Amino acid sequence: MTGVEQLGDRPELLAVEGLTKAYPGVVANSDVSFTVAEGEIHALLGENGAGKSTLVKTIYGLVRPDSGQMRMSGAPFAPAEPRAARAAGVAMVFQHFSLFEALTVAENVALGMERPPPQRALSARIRDVSEAYGLPLDPARLVGDLSAGERQRVEIIRCLLQEPRLLIMDEPTSVLTPQEVGILFATLRKLSAEGTAILYISHKLEEIRALCDSATILRRGKVVATCTPREKTARDLAELMVGETLTPPARPAPAEWEGPPALEVSGLTVASPMPFGTSLKGIGFTVKRGEVLGIAGVAGNGQDELLLALSGELRSAPEMVRAAGHPVGQEGPNERRRRGFVSAPEERLGHAAAPAMSLVENALLSGAIRRGLVRRGFVDWRRTRAFAAEVVQDYDVRTPGTHVAARALSGGNLQKFVIGRELSQQPAVIVVNQPTWGVDAAAAAAIRQVLLDRAAEGAAVVVISQDLDELLEIADRFAALNEGRLSAPRPVQGLTVEEIGLMMGGAHGMHAAAGDAGEHLHAQA
Amino acid sequence: MLRLERRPTPSRLWTAATPVLAVIATMIAGGLLFALLGKPPVEAIRTIFWDPLFGQYASYSRPQLLVKAGPLILIAIGLSLGFRAQVWNIGAEGQYIMGALFGAAVGLAAYPADSVLLLPAMAVAGACGGFLWAMIPAILKTRFNTNEILVSLMLVYVAQHMMSAASFGLLRNPEGMGFPGSRNFQQYPAAFNGELIPGTGMHWGVVAAFCAVIGAYVLLSRHILGFQIRVAGEAPRAARFAGVSPALLTSVCLGISGALAGLAGLFEVTGPAGQITTDFASGYGFTAIIVAFLGRLNPFGILLAGLLMALTYIGGELAQLMLNLPAAAIQAFQGMLLFFLLAFDVLANFRLRLAKGARA
Repeated sequence: MTGVEQLGDRPELLAVEGLTKAYPGVVANSDVSFTVAEGEIHALLGENGAGKSTLVKTIYGLVRPDSGQMRMSGAPFAPAEPRAARAAGVAMVFQHFSLFEALTVAENVALGMERPPPQRALSARIRDVSEAYGLPLDPARLVGDLSAGERQRVEIIRCLLQEPRLLIMDEPTSVLTPQEVGILFATLRKLSAEGTAILYISHKLEEIRALCDSATILRRGKVVATCTPREKTARDLAELMVGETLTPPARPAPAEWEGPPALEVSGLTVASPMPFGTSLKGIGFTVKRGEVLGIAGVAGNGQDELLLALSGELRSAPEMVRAAGHPVGQEGPNERRRRGFVSAPEERLGHAAAPAMSLVENALLSGAIRRGLVRRGFVDWRRTRAFAAEVVQDYDVRTPGTHVAARALSGGNLQKFVIGRELSQQPAVIVVNQPTWGVDAAAAAAIRQVLLDRAAEGAAVVVISQDLDELLEIADRFAALNEGRLSAPRPVQGLTVEEIGLMMGGAHGMHAAAGDAGEHLHAQA
Repeated sequence: MLRLERRPTPSRLWTAATPVLAVIATMIAGGLLFALLGKPPVEAIRTIFWDPLFGQYASYSRPQLLVKAGPLILIAIGLSLGFRAQVWNIGAEGQYIMGALFGAAVGLAAYPADSVLLLPAMAVAGACGGFLWAMIPAILKTRFNTNEILVSLMLVYVAQHMMSAASFGLLRNPEGMGFPGSRNFQQYPAAFNGELIPGTGMHWGVVAAFCAVIGAYVLLSRHILGFQIRVAGEAPRAARFAGVSPALLTSVCLGISGALAGLAGLFEVTGPAGQITTDFASGYGFTAIIVAFLGRLNPFGILLAGLLMALTYIGGELAQLMLNLPAAAIQAFQGMLLFFLLAFDVLANFRLRLAKGARA
């Protein structure tokens, strides 16, 4: 390993040597070694399931390794629990926030501290730290009223109050707009300049190239490379991460289709059925046959509700949604399926699939209507089994058979099954939310390709995603959801990242800590 | 330290084995209970499980098995459909009473009719009575989001009062010298639900229970409604994704269970019970909840569980008689059965692991 050379003149902070952790059926980490210097921004790069999370959970004391050791500033470091890790100067910002929505910012911060100071002193400190790092935050506000970006700030400030020597950030930008990402990076650089090391976990290559001093790349639990990301192209990094050559999806020549738009949405206003959900406000767009509309947005800005309103699970006034000219807003999911709608919600287990039911039963779940699996109310199990087997075969779902429960499949495999089930129904309108979330790069490319193929066959496709690169790759037109409102769709060609960021709602009142935060983060690979 | 680990797929072996284990554990714990009460444990267990079928008085007690199991199975089948969809009808006892009242009222209104259509008409009325009584919690739940557990349970007590009001007033036997209670159906041949095959206890209610078992099996394994019931219980959001209307499904489940409970009540009042009286309600509606879970909400499981439960009833009575066991001890014994079943149930979905102190 070349770790020592990269340290340069900065002293070593964390050293990981030969870490191995196995779970039943899978080795999450196998002989992983790397070092992080003081003040270094170090990337852990890898696909979903490469072992990044297990590795940082080990460092944070949430997982005990089977073998291997760690050192902090030369002293042996084996935290038995997060408290021990925190005492050694390790802080972590999780991908999923652990905040109480009904409490204020200051109360939430106090809950994470061993000995919280009085509320007034704490509020003052929160204000000081947040101003110093360009992350303004009102300690008295309720967390339930904050945006995802602001909630992340609460988590970061909670960590900064511990004055950590090593800050671990797990996929921090998945909930941020490009402008907010710029500000976060400025904050992280300031921390780094002050000597705090940062372990930055991501699979977003351009971010890592823009931010990180060095990178450790994991694949299937093993370290496959250590490098300086600035010296590599995004494509090099991707191939190291995936271990194979990637081909971008091919776009067949667009065809012209006759008739009214396949999907027309106008003035769609519905209340969210979920507590703390986002209501949709006056959403309007049209999608022609053969067209792909990409809808971006920071998580929690109405993506789930939009999918429900389009799938029919959430009903609206009839004229708000039209399919090939017919008002369908009042129709339920099965009536819309008869018209050719298919949809794939973001949450796979529990929404798109019933966890304890077999793949055969899950094939029936949404395939009953369009695949003719039910006759006079009775299920044709033979045809249903054949349908499930067809999806498993065509979409390369890795499973011992179609009889296994959906929850026994890995996230990526289940996603392939769900997407395959919907796209095998000769759809006229396809609505998918986060179609490639948690799927490995090769499978993600395959899913995008099928979406484009279906579009080429005349389907109207709506892709809701938080992955901007994905949207820019496959969409014809682009719009963004922000607090339940949709920006006017624009052609993808000629769109700049700044424009996209503004469509997504800009930076919610943040300002950069120092230096230029507005730099280009998402150069298209 | 022992640790529970979720199985990726529920174990079929354990799903089948847990009821047997539960019965064995109940026998052991029950034997201990009886021993502590100063009764001979082995003899008590034998009196409960063996004597009703093969003992000295078996010729009397054996037909009772079907008489008691019939209504339990019929009600439990209906309840199991709702329980699978997470619709908690706890008030089957009330629907059972209302079924008996409605059906008996039709028969008594036609007195002294002599038509082969009378009993079927009464059966329809009985099913309607239970159905309508179950529609009250259904409508309140779907309209106002009330809790069906509380509403259906409260309605049991309302039904009990209506039952005693009817036996003192509206349905009282005009030739009954002023005693409470309706005419006895045993003296009303067209409306009497007698033993079909002498010496077996088989009456129309038992036939209906067997039909319900088969019907429920077909519904759950072959019909789309059964599939929707299963999905709704398993993953409510997935059910909505599949186009299931939660309100409609709630009403259907409550309606079916109400109708079957009503039918059970009608067959009971016209057969084994014989008349509407103040003490007609005997707790079948509540015991059927245990039967439904003991049978793992599976139709054939419920068939066996209903027979087993009926056996403990008859055996329990026998044990009270022969060994002077207190009635409360028998009830505790039946409670143990449900307790052990639910406790062992964990093994179907989880496996036991010896943990080495590490956390995942």
